[in-house]
Amino acid sequence: MQELDTAGLGSVRVTRKSDNVVVLEKDLATEQMVLAMGPQHPSTHGVLKLECLTDGEVVTEAVPYLGYLHRCFEKYCENVDYPAIVPYTDRMDYLSGMNSEMAFSVAVEKLLDIEIPRRVEFIRVIVAELNRIASHLVAIGTYGIDLGAFTPFLFCFRDREHILSLLEWASGARMLYNYIWIGGLANDVPADFNKRVREFVAYFRPQAKELYRLLTENEIFVKRTKGIGIMPADVAINYGWSGPMLRGSGVKWDLRRNDPYSVYPELEFNVAVPDGKFSDIGDCLSRHIVRALEIDESLKIIEQCIDKMPGAEGFDPKSAIPKRIRPKEGEVYGRAENPRGELGFYIQSDGKSTKPLRCKARSSCFVNLSAMKDLSKGQLIPDLVAIIGSIDIVLGEVDR
Amino acid sequence: MEEGKVYSQSVAESAAAYAIIKEKFGDAISAFDANETMPFFEVLDVARWQEIALFLRDNGKLKFNYMACLSGVDYPAEEKLGIVCNLESLGELGHRLAVKLKCARNGGSIPTVSCVWHTANWHEREAYDMFGMLFTGHPDMRRILCPEDWEGFPLRKDYKVQETYHGIKVPY
Amino acid sequence: MPFLMGNTLNVWSQAIASFQPMGLPLGLVILAAIPLVFIALYSLTYGVYGERKISAFMQDRLGPMEVGKWGILQTLADILKLIQKEDIVPTNADKFLFVIGPGVLFVGSFLAYAVLPFSPAFIGANLNVGLFYAIGIVALEVVGILAAGWGSNNKWSLYGAVRSVAQIVSYEIPAAIALLCGAMMAGTLDMQKITMLQSGSLGFAHFYLFQSPIAWLPFLIYFIASLAEVNRAPFDIPEAESELVAGYFTEYSGMKFAVIFLAEYGSMFMVSAIISIVFLGGWNSPLPNIGSFALNDLTSGPAWGAFWLIMKGFFFIFVQMWLRWTLPRLRVDQLMYLCWKVLTPFAFVSFVLTAIWEIYVP
Repeated sequence: MQELDTAGLGSVRVTRKSDNVVVLEKDLATEQMVLAMGPQHPSTHGVLKLECLTDGEVVTEAVPYLGYLHRCFEKYCENVDYPAIVPYTDRMDYLSGMNSEMAFSVAVEKLLDIEIPRRVEFIRVIVAELNRIASHLVAIGTYGIDLGAFTPFLFCFRDREHILSLLEWASGARMLYNYIWIGGLANDVPADFNKRVREFVAYFRPQAKELYRLLTENEIFVKRTKGIGIMPADVAINYGWSGPMLRGSGVKWDLRRNDPYSVYPELEFNVAVPDGKFSDIGDCLSRHIVRALEIDESLKIIEQCIDKMPGAEGFDPKSAIPKRIRPKEGEVYGRAENPRGELGFYIQSDGKSTKPLRCKARSSCFVNLSAMKDLSKGQLIPDLVAIIGSIDIVLGEVDR
Repeated sequence: MEEGKVYSQSVAESAAAYAIIKEKFGDAISAFDANETMPFFEVLDVARWQEIALFLRDNGKLKFNYMACLSGVDYPAEEKLGIVCNLESLGELGHRLAVKLKCARNGGSIPTVSCVWHTANWHEREAYDMFGMLFTGHPDMRRILCPEDWEGFPLRKDYKVQETYHGIKVPY
Repeated sequence: MPFLMGNTLNVWSQAIASFQPMGLPLGLVILAAIPLVFIALYSLTYGVYGERKISAFMQDRLGPMEVGKWGILQTLADILKLIQKEDIVPTNADKFLFVIGPGVLFVGSFLAYAVLPFSPAFIGANLNVGLFYAIGIVALEVVGILAAGWGSNNKWSLYGAVRSVAQIVSYEIPAAIALLCGAMMAGTLDMQKITMLQSGSLGFAHFYLFQSPIAWLPFLIYFIASLAEVNRAPFDIPEAESELVAGYFTEYSGMKFAVIFLAEYGSMFMVSAIISIVFLGGWNSPLPNIGSFALNDLTSGPAWGAFWLIMKGFFFIFVQMWLRWTLPRLRVDQLMYLCWKVLTPFAFVSFVLTAIWEIYVP
């Protein structure tokens, strides 16, 4: 029997049926393709780059590359006074500036050990929760876009516009507020602010319901997100996930409850977790539902704050601000619940300078995104988009 | 901890957790710093850090399953670099504790704990990127925020920015 | 003068076709140019401007408002912009495929207009296999999409092209079977005849959709499949802007981009016209004669016929836009699932049921 020379044919399977019949089978040459998703790509939510190794539509591995928006926040902090850091925190997570300011103020106040007037605390909580709603609206809207539904996005932005007007009225800026100062506020809210916020809450409740029906209960939307990118609770904790991401995995953990700051202990609200009836616990849909539910909880908090808030008589928003902010020697890790999770500040003070010795921002998106490599293994490209969208990253905060 | 002084509940919890660790590791860790803002202890025997980390995570009375933050720090006076880890027992016991580690300023290294807490993976890369200490055993020890070919470690106190980067003038 | 002979069948188009000054077939060119002008006008006005205004209405905003009153001239401004744009061909692209891609795509959608009976008196080519031709010629678009996607030498374009080919080829099966149900009810593939069989003094009651309850099933199947064939949401997977940047036309700019757009709007109207002809009576007036009110007679005729067909087509385009601005996008595997495991079996069922209905129900 003569041996066939198949050296030049590549990978060939040889089957000998009989002496005269030889079957040669040649495999289709398939190779993996490297696909650079980003830094300019519509659904990476900014300048994130994912280097995907793809086998057809299946992503075998996706490696995130960061740093395109690195603005040296921590280096700045070491070179400016404490109050001058506040505007920089706005620019980290530019969708929820109030929450970032609040986290930083909470951290420094912990180190300063000062008492904050109650009215200041209530105003802070109102603006922070308003900002949380605005941020969640962007998250939900852009998630809709990622999955091809354009209209919910504009509905979200229409309602976010009202919130931004309210915040603009209070602080004078629409995104980068510099409103919550260490120890106080830049100024008191305008006279009719509470009335207008109440009107907004009354207006927004039905809109939120409509949004829920339009997007969250949409059959195609559920099909696209249910069971995709499942993260079990223990792995999520090990990855350091926080905020809606962790709650989406079924862990009832909210810093407003579990490490309370400001006046949150006095307020009644639920920590939203998915009930598992509608979604698989830990999947993209759960994370989306948590955000949708949190909007309702934030509305509740705002209403309670308006009811409980002390009057403006003889109120000076700057009364508790120290003349010179110079904390005693020591370190602090202060944190607050941002719309995207735990925003923490590790601050080291030498007790002599008015500048921090070291200020590290623990960004929630940075930590949440680090699970991307594990989450993306073996997913389809459309699912990869769904997963990135559900993580809800703001690259300004990832890169700082 | 000083005798007779009244501590808040969270510091007392941290102190209780510290006592368990001290019992197990003895001289490998320093005394407990019971300040109100961030109670911490320091790991003196850096080589045993992974072992201590695993103990912290898996011991039934500690269960520090959540690493909130890992920050690199520069100590120019002591000629050292360090990291500060903020640990927490999330959902289980609720106590918090910070751990500090130090290494030599030039060519110093610390064992990685990215296999213990996944959070540490990127945070260690960031600490390396900004300060330049190495994490031995890290699966992916590359810069994360700065470009791969950036010179120097920006958050060191004596950092001087490079003049040009690929022909682009850096300080402006 | 055959031009003024009224509504006898095809007279106008035959008269134009036989217009041969000095032996040159100029009439045929004019005949072909009429649908071309129509596509251009309709996609200019209803397609682009209408889609923008409709989406704006659904999304609680105004849409184009600046150029002209209510932004009517916005599309003209867009065209001026597109004409002035530099025509970029990427250095590493396959230049031949890259250039012919949009052309083939447009021709594919345009060729089917030849057999669309726009009115009792106007049809480009009265083929006796018109419906078959219309189904078949759409497949030419696939070649254009693949040429554009492969020729661009861009990974996203390639993904878009491969997805698109798989999608269009798959969805042709339920679409064709669904149309066959209509052809079975008519007993002919001639589109003009199919339309004429649905005319009568009762208006819409003569339409196939209202003649048999079973017709609703192929009607819906064809509508869904046609969405996939023209790559409209929720089946806009080949372009999927949030996944594939812009799919197979990522690299196109200027007039080539405009031609791809024109082709999309062209085929949108084409499938809408086909569904109106087969199931909704084409150019027949839907209004019935009520007693002495001869509404149907009043609203019939060559000009009215064109009006009704275009209106019916526009209605379906409106539904397509409505869906696009409401629904999220399906995933690739879900799309294939829908085609092979839902639509195709149901298309077969409706095929058998229609056959039974035609035999046993008078």
